[in-house]
Amino acid sequence: MSVAFSGRVWVFGDSLDTDAMYPGFAIKMDPAEAAKHVFYEVRPGWTDEVRAGDIVVAGKNFGIGSSRPVSALFIELGVAGVVADEFNSLFFRNAINSGLPAMTLPGATSIFTDGDVGAFDLTDGTWRNETTGASGTVAKLPEMMLDIIASGGLMRRLVIQGYLPAD
Amino acid sequence: MGMTMIEKILARKSGRASVSVGDIVDVEVDMTVLIDMQFANQWKRPNRIHDSEKLAVIMDHAVPAPTIRDAAGGSEARSFVADFGIERFYDVGRHGICHQVIAENGLARPGEVLACTDSHTCAAGAFNTAGRGLGPAEVYSIMCTGRTWFQIAPTIRYELQGVIAPSVSGKDIFLHIANTYGDAPNFNLEYGGSGLAGLPLHDRRTIATQGAEVSADFSTFEADGVLRDHLTSRGVTDYHAAQPDPDAIYSEVRPIDLNALEPYVARPGTVSRNGVPVSQIEHLTIDQAFIGSCANGQLEDLEIAAEVLRGKTVAPGVRLLVTPASQAVYREAMRLGYLQDIADSGAVVTNSTCGACFGYHMGVVGPGEVCLTSSTRNFTGRMGSSEAQIFMASPATVAASAIAGYITDPRSVTT
Repeated sequence: MSVAFSGRVWVFGDSLDTDAMYPGFAIKMDPAEAAKHVFYEVRPGWTDEVRAGDIVVAGKNFGIGSSRPVSALFIELGVAGVVADEFNSLFFRNAINSGLPAMTLPGATSIFTDGDVGAFDLTDGTWRNETTGASGTVAKLPEMMLDIIASGGLMRRLVIQGYLPAD
Repeated sequence: MGMTMIEKILARKSGRASVSVGDIVDVEVDMTVLIDMQFANQWKRPNRIHDSEKLAVIMDHAVPAPTIRDAAGGSEARSFVADFGIERFYDVGRHGICHQVIAENGLARPGEVLACTDSHTCAAGAFNTAGRGLGPAEVYSIMCTGRTWFQIAPTIRYELQGVIAPSVSGKDIFLHIANTYGDAPNFNLEYGGSGLAGLPLHDRRTIATQGAEVSADFSTFEADGVLRDHLTSRGVTDYHAAQPDPDAIYSEVRPIDLNALEPYVARPGTVSRNGVPVSQIEHLTIDQAFIGSCANGQLEDLEIAAEVLRGKTVAPGVRLLVTPASQAVYREAMRLGYLQDIADSGAVVTNSTCGACFGYHMGVVGPGEVCLTSSTRNFTGRMGSSEAQIFMASPATVAASAIAGYITDPRSVTT
């Protein structure tokens, strides 16, 4: 995945938990099928509307809950990156480790509204709302995390390092 | 500069003299625990692993297998441990919720780092262990390399004072804290104080486990005589517990007066700023009551339930499900007669596993139903239908409410 990403944003609220994105019943499904149930209750039908390259913007405490690999479902749906006022740290790690770019942007849900086009770059921490013209900078991610994203996530890195078979 | 408990552990395990908030450290992981779900979902067998002595495999979430996917995962787990010489394998029959099995077998050691895919791995904090849930990919990575990274988060310290009343438990302490202070994302929690000595280990485990529900990173208790005696009885020795420095820097120190606490209940959705003393809640009839999970499926929880339920009858229209946290808990609760008392009251005692807690099998709730649970999460849809309401309370409150048919204060039921 690219550590710089831009696209149409979808704005969600605060404290979205992992059960709202990867419900228990979906654990029994393959990822492609499970991905159809992301936000099944919060915003029914969203998975039919989201397109490759779109960006998820959420509020505070994004991703509280389980270690279920929600970021893999976002990648399955073509989501290019996730941005939040504040992340649950397990959820944030999961995003980085699966190669999904993630930016903490305090106030993100006020800066963006559904349908805006946003541009984000983790290498220098810059962000821009292309629709409204608002822009700014957040702390850049440590190199170590950028490297994980750039290499496509930890599993791909383990393949390169010879720990895992290359399929 | 002084360090908190978690800072001390992470400093030592990263070979540094000291760490402070914001530092990123590369740490040695002492024990990595793989669970059944990992083998059942997108498992890829590694070419090699770091150290079979530092790995445990526990069948926990879906036991016995409710789906063919889970059954296949179990087969692969058995084959994997055989091929890689992993001795710490807790297969069906020796199984249990991983945090319970970790506790029973001394896999969480004071001052050490423990990694596991389940988000309630902060449970190990009751043993003065730096444990936290990590994603499946990261646990793979640790299994292969023996290491991972953490960024040092600021620490909130809870200073426990006094003693809880007999009808109050660790669950009530946690629900009080969650209701009073709300979420703590990107913070570590540390528990200590003069009240710690009077707080039994099972209550500490409930509190440490539920750090995940307020979004905290690590959730760690001081090591004291209670812990040392427990570890000695389990044959756990030669550990280096981490005590906080007197001049450790905390983002906040919050005193908790244990004497003042009463039974609490959290309303559906979240435990964060969403609770009320049970004595003040409106009349709410329940359809399902659940006692179990890594937070409250311990032997002491079943003892409490048995005491409340002995000689009583579960109210008509209520299903009371009781799921011991491990096969060892199940067997001991049977030997002590707790399961007899619980079943005689009209409850269903299930085999040990995560069960109804995560809406996967054995006790899924339907649309429009009200569930009172002593498990870990009351998220919408967590235990089944997103149109069900999940309230959360202690095992004593759940058992008392199952008898009454509505959410009620355990102090209202004479035992």
